[in-house]
Amino acid sequence: MSLKNRKLKYSLAINEAIYQAMEKDESVFLIGQGVKSPWYVGNTTRGLINKFGKDRVIDTPVSENAITGCAVGAAICGMKPIVVHPRMDFMLYAMDPIINEAANWHFMTGGKLNVPIVIWGIINRGGEQGAQHSQALHGLFTHIPGLKVVAPSTPYDAKGLMISAILDPDPVIFVDDRWLYNIEGEVPNNFYTVPIGRANLIKMGEDVTLIASSYMVIEALKAVDELAYLGIDVELIDLRTLKPLDNELLIDSAKKTGRVVVVDGGWKTMGLAAEILARVMEGAFRYLKAPIARVTLPDSPAPASSVLEEAYYPRKEDIIIAIKKILSFS
Amino acid sequence: MSYYHTKFLINLYRKMLEIRLLEESLVDPIIKGDIKTPCHLYSGQEAIAVGVCSALNKNDLIFGNHRSHGHYLAKGGDLSQLVAEIYCKETGCCKGRGGSMHVVSPEVGMLGAAPIVAGTISIALGAALAFKMKKEKRVVVSFFGDGATGEGVLYESLNFAALKKLPIIFACENNYYSTHMPINECRSNNDIYKIGISFGIPSYRIDGNDVLKVYEISRKAIKICREGNGPVFIQFDTYRLRGHVGPDDNIQGKRGDIRPKEEKEYWAKKDPIIKMENFLIRKKILDKKMKEKILLEVNRLVNKAHSFAINSPKPDKKEVTKYVFKKQEA
Repeated sequence: MSLKNRKLKYSLAINEAIYQAMEKDESVFLIGQGVKSPWYVGNTTRGLINKFGKDRVIDTPVSENAITGCAVGAAICGMKPIVVHPRMDFMLYAMDPIINEAANWHFMTGGKLNVPIVIWGIINRGGEQGAQHSQALHGLFTHIPGLKVVAPSTPYDAKGLMISAILDPDPVIFVDDRWLYNIEGEVPNNFYTVPIGRANLIKMGEDVTLIASSYMVIEALKAVDELAYLGIDVELIDLRTLKPLDNELLIDSAKKTGRVVVVDGGWKTMGLAAEILARVMEGAFRYLKAPIARVTLPDSPAPASSVLEEAYYPRKEDIIIAIKKILSFS
Repeated sequence: MSYYHTKFLINLYRKMLEIRLLEESLVDPIIKGDIKTPCHLYSGQEAIAVGVCSALNKNDLIFGNHRSHGHYLAKGGDLSQLVAEIYCKETGCCKGRGGSMHVVSPEVGMLGAAPIVAGTISIALGAALAFKMKKEKRVVVSFFGDGATGEGVLYESLNFAALKKLPIIFACENNYYSTHMPINECRSNNDIYKIGISFGIPSYRIDGNDVLKVYEISRKAIKICREGNGPVFIQFDTYRLRGHVGPDDNIQGKRGDIRPKEEKEYWAKKDPIIKMENFLIRKKILDKKMKEKILLEVNRLVNKAHSFAINSPKPDKKEVTKYVFKKQEA
């Protein structure tokens, strides 16, 4: 059976990662609200309940705090839970088990106990859903010591990083975006990993470094293509892991091009883009030819109106403007 | 009353005494400032930890809270490592990273404690889920105080435990105070056990200062859980003889108490250790000579633990970020 060039949708790549991990290891299980409903989690859990049964694919009452804590406790006792929050906004009810417990447990027990859990939060932006159904909260979790945060943009990375997250002995926040679910890409059918902490150099370039993650990589790719017509050679990096950051790749690229634009699907103030900016300043200050630019959400809640949504979410045009601006700096 | 082996009864008494003498031995070092970690002393509540844990098997698990020196010792945790942790030394049970409020001893089934009120209830829930999934006939006990009944996660956890018939005992130690707040200023009623009834959970209210009553109800609860008919909720009424934190008051090291003198005198007469002692003397199991011998032996153990702790090295400054992750990405 040759599936070398097989294409799979992003959501089904996640589905395959979970399926294969559960098949390989009985301690892996999925728990959370809506795991048997595509309305909640798209195609990501397709077929899982039929294959593994409701004891390992546990649909739950709406009790994010207890259910997440429950998954943390199971992880401490040798299980490898994946707890899903179909809308990341609701995950805020679970901040105590995530931050106070999961993130601290290994440290505060002097390394005696660890928490091999995947906490999976799905961003559900757009569609006039308003402020509490649209939030991209990855920046809250990257702030916390003891948590690793991944946010893949391609089906290949989605599968490989989900598997890495499941195998990892520490708590991993897996953040994806419903806007990515129908994107197709090559996905090998074997059980493979994408290492946590490694960014992906998608395209080499000489003029400017563009750093993006998750859905913003899609917009960044469009910007890169359009700028190429104008003779602007962009180096594009997909972070893949938001914590720990792949410092080396980011700094090396910044040193090479001397110009950096960071794109983030989260808010501006104290956000991921700000952190990357700081790291570039720490590691490549003398090489910079222009101030670093950020393309982020404005510091504002998500609106409902689609007219306002258009103004709210950054698109390729915003990236192009930012790149042109720093290229004209002298 | 059931028939008990003499040695078993003496061991109950001895373990309670060990907890009391340890807690009281901390008072002077706290006042002098040699111990800085916030110590929530368990004096007065010993019968609960000892009665419950004596009914458990070694591979059953317990989770504690901010006031868990007693739980740790009752489950069989090492005294010297506990005292070393309280002095925040490298030889402590959490290598000086946890302090008094995060004591663990995985080798005897004390799997964690946390001062976030109700913080470990859902973690214990997850341990019970893990046992059920692995088809192991082990039981989990979650120790929490009356103050935790104000937290929503308790109710979420009770519902999920009842829904999935998990082998978990919700052990509520009602000491009538939530830090400085008397229970009648926190709750509309004092019948905490009725919370369990509303979820269809077998629920009991017991004198928490009578170690044999605690032991007997615990055996019953453990049997229910092992047979797959858990969870069980138990309200243990008790009283702490010391302040919320530190020897006497809410502020560690300060003298005085906020509670009415008559109330304290009433409960001093119901001291669980004196109660057990009188019982053993009445039954001619214990005499004055033997009592003095036990006291001497336990005191010696406690003093030895202090010497061990005081003479132990402090953590190395160079290792300040050690244990953040089990697997540190390069």
